[in-house]
Amino acid sequence: MNPLRLVRARPARAFTVTVDGRTVEALPGRTVAAALWAAGITSWRTTRGSGRPRGVFCGIGVCFDCLVTVNDSPNQRACLVPARPGDVIRTQEGTGHED
Amino acid sequence: MRTELVVVGAGPAGLAAALAADARGVRVTVVDAADGPGGQFYRQPAAELNARRPQALHHQWRTWERLRDGLAASGVRLLTGHHVWTVTGGPDSFTVHALLGPGQDEPATVHADAVLLATGSHEHVLPFPGWTLPGVVTAGGAQAMLKSGLVVPGRVAVVAGTGPLLLPVATGLAAAGTRVSALVESAGPRQVARHARALAGKLPEGAGHAARLLRHRVRPLARHTVVRAHGDDRLTGVTVAALDADGHVRRGTGRYLPCDTLAVGHGLLPQTDLAEGLGCHLDGATVTVDAEQRTSAPGVWAAGEATGVGGAALALAEGHIAGRSAAARLRGTEPDPAGWAPAARTREALRTAAAALDAAFAPPAHWAAQVTDDTVVCRCEEVTAGAVREAADGLGAGDVRTVKLLTRAGMGWCQGRMCATAVAGLTGCHSDPPRRPLARPVPLGILAGTAPDRAAPDRPAPDRPAPDRTAPDRAAPDRAAPDRAVSGRPVSESDRSPSEQASTGGLSSDRPPHGRLARDQNPPEAFEEGSP
Repeated sequence: MNPLRLVRARPARAFTVTVDGRTVEALPGRTVAAALWAAGITSWRTTRGSGRPRGVFCGIGVCFDCLVTVNDSPNQRACLVPARPGDVIRTQEGTGHED
Repeated sequence: MRTELVVVGAGPAGLAAALAADARGVRVTVVDAADGPGGQFYRQPAAELNARRPQALHHQWRTWERLRDGLAASGVRLLTGHHVWTVTGGPDSFTVHALLGPGQDEPATVHADAVLLATGSHEHVLPFPGWTLPGVVTAGGAQAMLKSGLVVPGRVAVVAGTGPLLLPVATGLAAAGTRVSALVESAGPRQVARHARALAGKLPEGAGHAARLLRHRVRPLARHTVVRAHGDDRLTGVTVAALDADGHVRRGTGRYLPCDTLAVGHGLLPQTDLAEGLGCHLDGATVTVDAEQRTSAPGVWAAGEATGVGGAALALAEGHIAGRSAAARLRGTEPDPAGWAPAARTREALRTAAAALDAAFAPPAHWAAQVTDDTVVCRCEEVTAGAVREAADGLGAGDVRTVKLLTRAGMGWCQGRMCATAVAGLTGCHSDPPRRPLARPVPLGILAGTAPDRAAPDRPAPDRPAPDRTAPDRAAPDRAAPDRAVSGRPVSESDRSPSEQASTGGLSSDRPPHGRLARDQNPPEAFEEGSP
């Protein structure tokens, strides 16, 4: 069983995004975080202080742990931002402004 | 845009309130951050995923259908993608300030004669070693991602913490194909039994969850807690241990459970920022309301989890009462409580049950003893438990605010929503009401731009300038704006990681309302039809 089958989803056709240069398929309607989880990716940020990896924590836009750089805009909450065809998603290092 | 009643939040409380007021002829606008109605409880899969059986991930689906259909048939205007950051004004003229869409960089305002806050709650998670590892998510977060994104974070999960939310999270993940190896609940049967009388109404629901746990072979570990999450760059397993009757971890009971996902939660915390901004009285963490669900601020009602965490059925009853009260008072008449007597009885019973649940599922009394000094407590600012303890024990901080000033704990993006209770618990400090004049980060350009809005022509009364009045200790927007507004950076106490997000556009605050056809057909109200 998987979640899509559980609710008998018939998603629209997948599109592609890139994640740190790697091409990944994403289903329309999913947030960046959901697309990354579906691709088996669970972290996409390193912290400003000790450079530790982070990903989704609260999942509803409250904790700001899932910040990510999308199309050169850093600090997007991956759990809120919808994935769009051709998105260039990059692991955000620290504040996201040094790179 | 002007409306009579603006409802903030499109979850069960907000929708019940909106429908009740709409049915009584009030012009109602509901604003919500999500892409559609439902709130967290009835969070729906994204439309493009075309789920033909979304109810497989939900409980009380029929109630949702009534709410959804009632909304479609009503005159209620729903504004989605509106992230409300403050509400100003009163007592008979208010302005809701929102940011549009996931980019949250486009301002929108709604003017109203009265406000109804149905802002819900977010999850409470207490820290433990390893809780910042990728793969550790809040229980509600795992559920939210599942409900809307139809996605799970891994293959093998442990669900842990305390509270009634853990059961549907465990069964939901299991139904979606995740192997849930254990449900680790710190409360024991004895604590629950102590409140058996008040919880009797909740028994069928609990029994249903228990049967599903059994079916999915989820091992229940009552009176246990996660003492550590393991892994280098992501979660590989957790150590769980038994608790004694006093809530201490029993020595020698630790055991390792391999997993790539830990869904953890210790209850829910009411979202009260907007209420505080409006000057509503709070009792501890919850907004104080009277029998009509009126807050202490004239013209402001509140319903649902913001007034006390108690679940969707309680939220529906409170919302219904609040909507009827607001409708009557907006017409200058005294509401007749006899009209909502069934809802009031439900509210009474469910509040009693909620208090019992709260007592039965309190976090383990000595959770702080498991938090090692090197454990990060403030996830945003990476402040360790050691630093927090030093602020209290070494530097004499006596309240959470002073600990924040000394350590930056609670000063980051989430503004202490994730760590304030932990800081209070670790230090024994008094936890003041948080006081967040801005309920979410706001671009300075928008803050600066709110000034003209205050003089909008359709505003009959002068407004209370919230940012200036309530945030005297912060940079005055007008002074800060010229050099920062250009970059569109949001205001946050941690301005080291600002958001610079492109506009996603496409969202308008002037969408046409849902069909007004059925206005006079006495639209179904979920509470009246669906509750005992």
